[in-house]
Amino acid sequence: MLESEYQEQNRFFLNMGPQHPSTHGVLLIVLEMEGEYVLDPQPVLGFIHRMHEKMGESRPCQGFMPNTARMDYVCALPYNHGYVSLIERKAGIEVPKRAEYIRVITSELNRVASHLLWLGAYLLDLGAFTPILYGFDDREHILDILERITGSRLTYCYYRFGGVYKDVDDKFIEATRAFIKRMRKRYVIYEKLVTKNIIFIKRAENIGIVSPDMALRYGMTGPNLRGSGIAYDVRKNEPYSVYPEFDFEIPVGEQGDCLDRYMVRVQEIEQSLRIIEQALDRLPDGPVRSKVKKNIKLTPGDCNFAVEAARGELSYYLVGDGTSTPYRLKVRVPSYSNLSCLPELGRGILLPDLVSILGSFDLVIPEMDR
Amino acid sequence: METISILPPELIRMVIAVIIIISFLFLNAIMMGYAERKIAGHVQRRPGPMEVGSHGILQMIVDGVKLVGKELLIPFNVDRTLFRVAPLLSFTPVILPLLVIPFSEKLQARDLNLGLIFIVTMGSVNVMALLVGGWGSNNKYSMFGAMRAVAQSIAYEIPILLSLLAVVLMCNTFSLKEIVAAQQNIWFVFLQPVAFLIYVVAGLAETNRNPFDLPEAESELTAGFHTEYSGMGFSLFFIGEYTNMFIVASVATVLFLGGWHGPHLPYGEYLGVVWFFLKVYLLLFLMIMVRWTYPRVRFDQLLNFAWKYLVPFSLVNLLITAVLVKL
Repeated sequence: MLESEYQEQNRFFLNMGPQHPSTHGVLLIVLEMEGEYVLDPQPVLGFIHRMHEKMGESRPCQGFMPNTARMDYVCALPYNHGYVSLIERKAGIEVPKRAEYIRVITSELNRVASHLLWLGAYLLDLGAFTPILYGFDDREHILDILERITGSRLTYCYYRFGGVYKDVDDKFIEATRAFIKRMRKRYVIYEKLVTKNIIFIKRAENIGIVSPDMALRYGMTGPNLRGSGIAYDVRKNEPYSVYPEFDFEIPVGEQGDCLDRYMVRVQEIEQSLRIIEQALDRLPDGPVRSKVKKNIKLTPGDCNFAVEAARGELSYYLVGDGTSTPYRLKVRVPSYSNLSCLPELGRGILLPDLVSILGSFDLVIPEMDR
Repeated sequence: METISILPPELIRMVIAVIIIISFLFLNAIMMGYAERKIAGHVQRRPGPMEVGSHGILQMIVDGVKLVGKELLIPFNVDRTLFRVAPLLSFTPVILPLLVIPFSEKLQARDLNLGLIFIVTMGSVNVMALLVGGWGSNNKYSMFGAMRAVAQSIAYEIPILLSLLAVVLMCNTFSLKEIVAAQQNIWFVFLQPVAFLIYVVAGLAETNRNPFDLPEAESELTAGFHTEYSGMGFSLFFIGEYTNMFIVASVATVLFLGGWHGPHLPYGEYLGVVWFFLKVYLLLFLMIMVRWTYPRVRFDQLLNFAWKYLVPFSLVNLLITAVLVKL
C-alpha cells in the first residue's frame, strides 16, 4: 500500500457542533482529523441567522433598537451605543453631556460583565468548573445594578436617540462604587485560582499564536488583536462619546497566544473600572435626553459609526434615502473576523488546543450570524 | 499452596461478604455523589442540593430512582452486545478488590497471599469496560474517550505498580493484612513519601478524575466514552467510578496510611474499621477538592508526565528502597 493511501485511510471527519459544549452556541466546525490531530477545521455558520440587518431596513429606525441587543446578548449596551450614535450622527442630534457619561458608565459595566462571563466560560472549556461560578457571582452584581436602571438583565434597550431612557439615581452610583470596591478585592481570588494555576498556564501558553501580521490580515479586533501586541482600540484611536476625557490604558500582549488574550481581558476589567470611577466622579448635572422629533428623517447619503464592544470593533454602516427607514444597514461584528483565522490557526494542532483557542477568542455565535 | 475452600461454612461467609460489599458499594456511590455535589457547591460559594430532604440529603436517592426508571435506550447501529455488556464490565471488577481489602484486623472477606496483585489486575479489567463501551457506541467521541482511557491506563499503571512494589519490598509480602500489620509502629507514608505521592497522583489518573479526566473530557468530547449511555447504563459507569475511587483510596490507606491502626479503641480488631474509613474518606475529600480546583491537562502533557516524571521517579525510588532493604 502506498504511503499516501495509508494516510488517507487514517483520516476522518468529525462534526464538532452545532450541539457541542465548547462551541458556545450553534456553531458547527467540521474537523478533518488524523487521530487526535486536527488537520483542517472549517467553521460552518448560519444556524442562527435571524436577518437582523434586513429587519433594520424594513422599519423606521427606532424599531431596530431592541434588535441591537439581540445580536450580542453578552455585551448588549455597546451595541445600543453604536446604533444610537449612528442615527445621532446621521440626523445631527445633540446629546446632553450627562447622558453621554451615563452611556459610558453602563457600557463599561457591561464590558466587565462580558469579560467575567468569558473568563468563566474559557476556564470551563479547559475543564475547570469553579471559575465560572465565581465569575457569575460577580457578574450578578452588575446585572442587578443595570436591571435597576435599564429594566432588563441581558437584552438591554436603554439608550435612546438623543440620550438615555431614564436618569440614574444615587442608589445606582452607590451600588456601582460598591461593586468596584468588591471587584478589586476579587482579583486576588482569580489570580490564585486561575492566573497562577500551573495547569492553566500549560494549557494556554504558546497555544494558538496569532502573529500581528496574521491578526491584521484577518481583520481581527478587540482583545484578540491587542493580545498580539497591536494597541488598537476604537475608544483611543477613533474616540467617540466622552471617552477622550478619561485616563485609561490599553493593555497589550506580547506574542498573541491564548495566555496573552487572557491577560489582556483581565487587565481590561481593571481599565474599565478606572473609566467608571472617573465618570462617576465627574458625572455632570443636567437633562439626560434632548428633544428629538418623533419622525427622524435620514438624509440621503451614507454614514458609519464604530464603537469598541467587548469582543472588538463593532461598526454600523447606514445609507439613508430621506425617509425614516434606512435604505441599507450593515453591521460589522467583531466575532466574525475573529473566527475567520481559525482554519489557518488550527492546522495540525491537537483537539484540546482547538477548544482552548476557540474559547480564547470569546465568540458569540448569534453575533456572527445576526 | 493455599487452596480456596468452597464448602458451606466458607461459602456462606463469602456470600454474606459479597452481599455486604455490594450494598456498601451503592451506599458509597450515593454518599460520594452527595458529598461531591455538596462540596462542589461550597467550593463554588453556593449551597448545592437543598430541596429534597434536609439539606438535600435525599437528592441522590431521588436521582437514583430516576435513573433506574429510565428507558434502556440503545442507539441505532451500535454493537448491541458490547453496548449492553460494557456497563456490567465496568461494575463487576470493582466489587472483587473489596473482597481482599482488610477493613480492620478481623473484617476481611478473604486474605489472599497475592492480594495486592489481585487488586491491580482488577483495576486493569476496568479499563476494558471503557474500551468496550467506547467501541460499542458507534460514536467518534466515544471512541476518542475509549482510546484515551486505554493509553492513560497503560501509562499510569506502571508508576502505580512501581510505587506499590516499594512498599512490598519493605515488608516482603503481597498480603494486604500483613502489610498493614507491618505498620504497627510507623506508617509507610513516612518511610516512603515519594511512593505515596506518586501513588496518589497516578491513582487520580487511574480513576479518570479531574485533572486527568480525559476519557470523559466534556468540553472536548461531549461526554467521552459514556456519551451514548443513559439510565442504568450510565449509572453503572458512575457507580464504577466512585467505587474505583474508593478502592484507590483504600489501597493508599492500606499500604501507606497504616490501614486500621490508630489510637486505641475498645474491640480494636473490629472497630479499627473506624480509623480505616476515616483515612479513606479524607483521601476522597482531597480528590474531590482537586477536581473542583484544577483545569484539565492536555493529553500529551498527561502522557509526558507519566513517562518522563512518574516512571523514572518511581524506578529510582524502588532502586533506593531495594538497596536500603538489602543493607
